[in-house]
Amino acid sequence: MGSELAFARPDDETLEVRLAGDWLLCSARPSPLAVDRELASRPARRVRISAQDVGAWDTGLLSFVHAVLAACRARSIDVDRAGLPHGVQRLLALAEAVPERHHAPRVEPPGTWLEHLGTGTIARGRSAAGFLGFLGQTTLALGRFITLRARYQARDLWLLMQQCGVEALPIVALIAFLVGLILAFVGAVQLRQFGAQIYIADLVALGMAREMGALMTGVIMAGRSGAAFAAQLGTMKVNQEVDALQTLGIPPIEYLVVPRVIALSLMMPLLCVLAIVIGIVGGAVVGIGLLDIRPAEYALRTLQAVTITSAGVGLAKSLVFGVLVALAGCLRGMRASGSAAAVGDAATSAVVTGIVLIVCADGLFALLTHALGI
Amino acid sequence: MEAHEPHIRVRDLTMAFGSTVVMRDLTFEIGRGDIFVIMGGSGSGKSTLLRHMIGLLEPARGEVIYGSTSFTAAEPEVREQILRRCGILYQGGALWSALTLSENVALPLEQYTQLDAAEIREIAALKLALVGLGGFEDYYPSEVSGGMQKRAGLARAMALDPEVLYFDEPSAGLDPLSSRRLDELILELRASLRATVIVVTHELASIFAIGDHSVFLDAESHTLLAQGDPKELRDHCPDPRVHSFLTRGGDPPPGAGA
Repeated sequence: MGSELAFARPDDETLEVRLAGDWLLCSARPSPLAVDRELASRPARRVRISAQDVGAWDTGLLSFVHAVLAACRARSIDVDRAGLPHGVQRLLALAEAVPERHHAPRVEPPGTWLEHLGTGTIARGRSAAGFLGFLGQTTLALGRFITLRARYQARDLWLLMQQCGVEALPIVALIAFLVGLILAFVGAVQLRQFGAQIYIADLVALGMAREMGALMTGVIMAGRSGAAFAAQLGTMKVNQEVDALQTLGIPPIEYLVVPRVIALSLMMPLLCVLAIVIGIVGGAVVGIGLLDIRPAEYALRTLQAVTITSAGVGLAKSLVFGVLVALAGCLRGMRASGSAAAVGDAATSAVVTGIVLIVCADGLFALLTHALGI
Repeated sequence: MEAHEPHIRVRDLTMAFGSTVVMRDLTFEIGRGDIFVIMGGSGSGKSTLLRHMIGLLEPARGEVIYGSTSFTAAEPEVREQILRRCGILYQGGALWSALTLSENVALPLEQYTQLDAAEIREIAALKLALVGLGGFEDYYPSEVSGGMQKRAGLARAMALDPEVLYFDEPSAGLDPLSSRRLDELILELRASLRATVIVVTHELASIFAIGDHSVFLDAESHTLLAQGDPKELRDHCPDPRVHSFLTRGGDPPPGAGA
């Protein structure tokens, strides 16, 4: 049976709202606006709701009555609820028991562009100041680490080195091999036009050693370890584990951040060496297999191309990238607050920050090496 | 609707994680409209029993029956239909942190009803008002207190007018006054919504205040030690473990074999 709504006027001042049938959420119900329209067309001073003929009901009836009550309150009309089912009366009493809290609107009115610019600048300034503070604390803590005064667990450090070193070997090797392969292919097409295939070896060796080895390892580690650091520290922050360290007198920066920075910056150069070697092997596969360069010749050209300086530049870069990725991950993790969602945000922004920092640093390196002539 | 026709039956239920048996051979019935308390010490498997009853865990043996349908043997679609008539309040509220309180309550309504957006918003506000959270619709869970999160969780559990309401440790983390108010709310909701209420708790005050019927789970013997009205159990249960639990370690009842 559907829900029915009818009006009656027992006397001039009373409007009787008669409800009948089943009032269920899952079926169509009359709109409470009908009562409002009836009151508008012919005012009354009292409203009586009678629901003797109502069958099954749920929130459908409750929300209808609630809306009618609100409409009557707006017109300051008394409502007689005695005709409602007992359960509805009790639920209405419950809903009205705690007065609605009035508060500042949660959605702030949009400000002018000037206001946005101002608040944005202030927020950026604060965030930059926070970053500098973090950097300063970490530098001091690293100083204490070097002078063997930092408090951390040696076991943690070994575990972290395993996680971001040994366990990253397969993925770094795979990517480096493919990058070496791609470099050789792209170079081959150009160099073959001049019959200069032999320079493939120089191209791959120099490219991997100076640039691609460190860059690709950095990007992989930003996605792998940077995100992991942010998620680990973010979870600890949200669970108040960081607070527990702090109140025990153990500086979280020394205990959590320093081992991660040390582990990643020690492992990155090692991974970078691996990437360079595997990348050169990848190039050799193309050079020897497709371009018919003799293996001995390829090896000789490679050895001549890679000087100790260019390999040194690559390794120095990878060390810096390691520090940057670890710092970005730890900073985002330590900044996380509030809920579980914050941990996800921290991991995402750790990866983005890490990659941006790596590319910027690489640009600086390019300028610097050019200026120094190495 | 008959007053004490069983609504949910648990028959020979054995719960296990791998080869570790948590509880064995649980058999009890929950009457329609009852407030049924699952009690026991920490680690006795109260919450695990609840998770079995709503299908989050599968029994090692035995079954759970809603009305005349076996939940354990049912197809996924039938299970979903049964669960749609159940509201569950998790221990910490389990609100979705990315949604406001109002959106949390609105989500089940959007999924399972054909109401329009304005009506859903209206009903979500009404449900929040029922648990005393009128005016907090646009707050995120992280911006309100633990007690308020719990009440908002209750509003979400009630969104689809459930026939069965499950509460997992409703008083955990609440101060005595809030916990009492929640008890009163449970009683009021049972009376007005005509729902069957199942509460997992070890809070004595609330067990005696709201429980009509109960089962007592014991962690050491891995079985159900007693069932009945908790007040009766406190005064008359001969088992010293049950008595000691219900009287906070008080003296065993006169005449009980130790």
